[in-house]
Amino acid sequence: MNRLLSFLFHQGVLDEQFLQLQQLQDETSPNFVSEVVNIYFHESEKLLRNLRALLMERELMDYKKMGIDLNQLMGSSSSIGAKRVTNVCVAFRVATEQNNRVGCFRALEMLEHEYCYLKNKLHELFQIEQQRDLAAGVRYPVQN
Amino acid sequence: MSVNGRVSGSNGRLSSSKMKSWKGNESLHVSNSSTTCRWKLFLFWVFGVVFIGSVWFIFSSFNSKHLSNESACEKSTETLLQRYNVSRKQLHALVSLFSGSDQILSNCIDERRLQMLLSSGIINTPPQSVCPKNHELQKERRYVAEFIEQCPILDDFVHTRLGLSFPWKTYVTLDSPLLSNWLNVLFCGKVLLGPYWNYTINLSSLVKGCCWVLIGIILFHKLCGFCLLRKSQKQKKVVKKHPAAQQKRIQHSMHGHSKASGRWRKKLLVIFLLFGIFGSGCLFWYMSSDIAQRRVEMLATMCDERARMLQDQFNVSMNHVHALAILVSTFHHGKHPSAVDQNIFGKYTESSAFERPLTSGVAYALKVLHSDRVHFEKQHGWTIKNMEAENEALVQDCIPENLDPAPIQDEYAPVIFAQETVSHIVSIDMMSGKEDRENILRARASGKGVLTSPFKLLKSNHLGVVLTFAVYNSELPPDATPDQRIEATAGYLGASYDVPSLVDKLLHQLASKQTIVVNVYDTTNASAPITMYGTDVIDTGLLHISGLDFGDPLRKHEMHCRFKHRPRLPWTPIYVSVGVFAITFLLGHIFHAAINQIAKVEDDYRQMRELLVRAEAADVAKSQFLATVSHEIRTPMNGVLGMLQMLMDTDLDDSQMDFAQTAHTSGKDLISVINEVLYQAKIEAGKLELETVAFHPQAILDEVLSLFSEKANEKGIELAVYASNQVPQVVIGDPKRFRQIIANLVGNSLKFTHDKGHVFVSIHLAKEVKNPLDITDAVLREGLMNQDISERTCNNTLSGFPVGNRWKSWENFKKLKLMDESETIQLLVTVEDTGIGIPTDAQSRIFTPFMQADSSTSRTYGGTGIGLSISKCLVDLMGGEIGFVSEPKIGSTFSFTGNFRKGETKSLDEKWQQKYNPFVSEFRCLKALVIDRRKIRAAVTRYHLQRLGMSVDVNSSLQAACFCLSDTCKSSMSKQLAMILIDKDSWDNECSILYAIKKQRQNGIKEDTLNFPKIFLLANDLSHSERNELKSAGIIDDILMKPLWLSVLIQYYREKVFKLENLLIQKRILVVDDNAVNRKVAEGVLRKYGAVVTCVDGGKAALKMLKPPHNFDACFMDLQMPEMDGFEVTRQIRYMENEVNEKITGGEALAEMFGNVSYWHIPILAMTADVTQSSNEECKKCGMDDYVSKPFEEDQLYMAVTRVFNFGS
Repeated sequence: MNRLLSFLFHQGVLDEQFLQLQQLQDETSPNFVSEVVNIYFHESEKLLRNLRALLMERELMDYKKMGIDLNQLMGSSSSIGAKRVTNVCVAFRVATEQNNRVGCFRALEMLEHEYCYLKNKLHELFQIEQQRDLAAGVRYPVQN
Repeated sequence: MSVNGRVSGSNGRLSSSKMKSWKGNESLHVSNSSTTCRWKLFLFWVFGVVFIGSVWFIFSSFNSKHLSNESACEKSTETLLQRYNVSRKQLHALVSLFSGSDQILSNCIDERRLQMLLSSGIINTPPQSVCPKNHELQKERRYVAEFIEQCPILDDFVHTRLGLSFPWKTYVTLDSPLLSNWLNVLFCGKVLLGPYWNYTINLSSLVKGCCWVLIGIILFHKLCGFCLLRKSQKQKKVVKKHPAAQQKRIQHSMHGHSKASGRWRKKLLVIFLLFGIFGSGCLFWYMSSDIAQRRVEMLATMCDERARMLQDQFNVSMNHVHALAILVSTFHHGKHPSAVDQNIFGKYTESSAFERPLTSGVAYALKVLHSDRVHFEKQHGWTIKNMEAENEALVQDCIPENLDPAPIQDEYAPVIFAQETVSHIVSIDMMSGKEDRENILRARASGKGVLTSPFKLLKSNHLGVVLTFAVYNSELPPDATPDQRIEATAGYLGASYDVPSLVDKLLHQLASKQTIVVNVYDTTNASAPITMYGTDVIDTGLLHISGLDFGDPLRKHEMHCRFKHRPRLPWTPIYVSVGVFAITFLLGHIFHAAINQIAKVEDDYRQMRELLVRAEAADVAKSQFLATVSHEIRTPMNGVLGMLQMLMDTDLDDSQMDFAQTAHTSGKDLISVINEVLYQAKIEAGKLELETVAFHPQAILDEVLSLFSEKANEKGIELAVYASNQVPQVVIGDPKRFRQIIANLVGNSLKFTHDKGHVFVSIHLAKEVKNPLDITDAVLREGLMNQDISERTCNNTLSGFPVGNRWKSWENFKKLKLMDESETIQLLVTVEDTGIGIPTDAQSRIFTPFMQADSSTSRTYGGTGIGLSISKCLVDLMGGEIGFVSEPKIGSTFSFTGNFRKGETKSLDEKWQQKYNPFVSEFRCLKALVIDRRKIRAAVTRYHLQRLGMSVDVNSSLQAACFCLSDTCKSSMSKQLAMILIDKDSWDNECSILYAIKKQRQNGIKEDTLNFPKIFLLANDLSHSERNELKSAGIIDDILMKPLWLSVLIQYYREKVFKLENLLIQKRILVVDDNAVNRKVAEGVLRKYGAVVTCVDGGKAALKMLKPPHNFDACFMDLQMPEMDGFEVTRQIRYMENEVNEKITGGEALAEMFGNVSYWHIPILAMTADVTQSSNEECKKCGMDDYVSKPFEEDQLYMAVTRVFNFGS
């Protein structure tokens, strides 16, 4: 699991914010990280859907609305420390500000790709964690 | 002399003109050079001119002295001669008088001469010393002299002499100073005119020549050197000025120039040689002619002298004869009967013969007319005899009886009286001899003495002349006519002069008679001169003829003088000129050699320049090659790395990932190596410039520490930094380079240190180590003590392992001692490790690029070996020095110095204080106790704690610590010990005491939990299990992991001592955010710190919640929310609060209604993703208290919360 984590860090998928999130998890809120991540996925999927819908509208693209959605996504991503998603969001927002439709499409695609990648990895992570928790019967000790 | 002067003058002129030509050439060279050079040149010329001038002056004064002397002498002799004619007679009379009266012929010529000169001096008193007495004296003397002449009576002699000697003496006594002056002048003139003069001339000319030659040599060499120097400078300049492309052309021109100058020099040399030969010839000619001239002069002088002497003596004798004539006329004819007869005359003449040393005899002949002949013959009893017709016969036997009686003539002149020596001529008729007859006739007509031409004298068979005076029987008027004289003639007095004996006598009296041959001729008949004296003539070249005046106008006599020998070869001029020639030749040789040398050196120089240019070009090519190749490698490497990165992003299995990662790491290493190489090239090209930025040296240390702490922990090496308290907080310099050097050294140290020991970095002021005797710094003192103790296994190092002697590492620093300026600060950084050390034989090349201690090193440890070289370059750039000491198996210590300027503490502290000040202010009055056995480690710990503003005590054992602890428990709060830091080494050893502490602590907890000092364990590396074990023992509050540095410490303290919990615990906080994830995270974070968190998802809900009265302590508000953003919400909240507050103050509503709070102001903190100045200001404007960045950063959150709650309470 550590290896997976360090790999993710190495790739820049996650940053130290995620570690902080992990640190927040203690006896009082044992599943804090997974809760937050679940909320994040839930929200993000909704936002992504929104964005895709907005982009699909042929004429009259509402860049402003897209911007708001993107801000939301960006804020939540940075909160959990999904670094690459955040970065793609920044690029996306730049594209919307420039009313660059092609750029938006490309950014959206990348965003979706990154999002899926993150989701897979995090699921993997949680699964390993759960397995280990189950196996050890004890909670994974907080690093440091 | 004057000729000599001219020669030397021309010499001087020549050399000066030579100098001018030099100068002209020089000015060509100089024209490009700077003013200082010109000044130098000018000074040099001034010096040269002064030197030459002084030499010239000395010689000219010498010459002029001689000249003046000479002229003075000449003048004096001239004046002497002018008056000589007048006084000559008297003088000689005087001289002869003296010599005669004393019966001594003055043999000492010099004395006589001196007397002569003296007397002439007396007579010819110079007009400037006008002395009437002198004139009187002169007159008196003349009078006396005349008197002597007139009255030649023996008795009177004594008187006159006495009378004469008296004024003489008085004169001498009176005018002795004047006399001595004259004496001096004359003497010196004589002396200088003598052979010494000759010698001096030679000597002075020699010395002068030598001097000129010397000056010439010096000048030539100087100028040669100067020329060369100037030229090389010029060339250098030219070379510097022009780019390499034009190099060849310039060199060519340089070559041409040097060649031209070489030719020019050779021409000059030839001219110089010719001049030398010519000069030596001139010198020879001049000197030999001088000698010849002097020879001629000498001959003339001697000849004249002899002639004069002869003449004088002759004249004196003639005067005596004259006097005798008068005597005869007085006593023979004047008295009647005659008082003189043959007897008396013979006696008298015999006894007064000394007065006529030159006469062989005198005789008196009476004038007898034919009419009286018979009477006369009767009276005397003999017949008048005829002189022999043939003189030869007469000479053979001169018996008067054999002679025939004189034939009948008009008148006869029979000798009646004769000196004993010539008594045989008595009764001979003088008129019968042809010569005598002529003589007698002329004598009686003129009344003066007349001379015969030389003839063989009777009897003596010598050549001689006869002097005849006429004796008159009555007084004659001075202007008597010849007829009257003839009438009055009574007889004739004749004296025969023996010329050869006369001249012989004279010559014997004179010096240097051997050198000259004297001939005397009677030249009355110019075509056939009659030899009076002298041998046959041998022609020896020179001839001097002096005229002789024997008082007879009809007869002319000459004296011919010759040197006995031909002149010898003039060796001195030959020597001198040959010497001059030799010197010139030698000089020429020297100059030739010098010119050749110069040419050779120039040639070499040109070659050197070419080589230098080539070398520089090669260096440039190398650098360019390095740069190009590095760049060319880096470009594809970026592609490789990027592709690897992308490869790793794809789905790879574990081993593939491993390979990819290895490849990636290797690529990164390669890039770093290339960067280093580029960096080195950059430094070598001098393109690197240092920044001047204010920075904290301590912070640099922290950065380096944080950079390497992980690596050090991995290897199990203790890493520590330390800065002396004298190191200023802020210095101005280049922090990046400074850090780079330290990082290089530390990286190196870590690389070569395995599994044990430590790496220790320390900064001191350079002046701290200047004097080892007064060192206050703990670390330095320990280092010094290490140096003293021979066995270095003692525990005074950081980790207990022995280290190299750090004092030696900066032993060789030269600038260390020199730097003593107030503006600059010299920092001394020492990096000490316990690594493998550097082999002794490799220590010399450690700073050479690409050179590692051992070729195996790079295989074992990797790296290019360029790091130290770069460090050295950087240190050089900083104006410092780098050095090291290393012992294999023990470790190395590197030291370097760097020059920095003092910085203003304020300039940098804004950021610094913002970051750390809240903590520092809280630590300020705290006390801490550090327990450590090793002093250096304790000092390091103390240093870090002191940076936080704490006051620190150090103790070596827990025993002492216990006392402190118990003291603290009892003592008042003010002197409270806030914390105890115990090193792990001590910990292991002293468990029992710790146990006691534990108990005490447990007691303490009951009394006062908060005020008991917190106990920390300082450990290097601990596993989790150990850590938990220790913690669970309950003794320590927490464990501090080394290495320590400021931010780490602050973090620890913030976490363990001043947690956010303390601030946020039990606080009710409202979080307003529309983003569920953010909301959740914020809630989690705040809850972790013990806050009670309520979340709302929008502005409206927040407004509801925050409507007073409410019980929230703070509100965290997101700024970007749909419907109503954070600013708007805040504004509305503030509006509501104001309303309530106004109501309360206005008494409209009681405070109780609003929860007993008299003034409502809820701290609102903005949560924002972009912390910019503008949003910050907007936050403040709409009434927010502070802001935090959205992914919460603990530090920032802490600070914001601290500010807010301090403000709120």
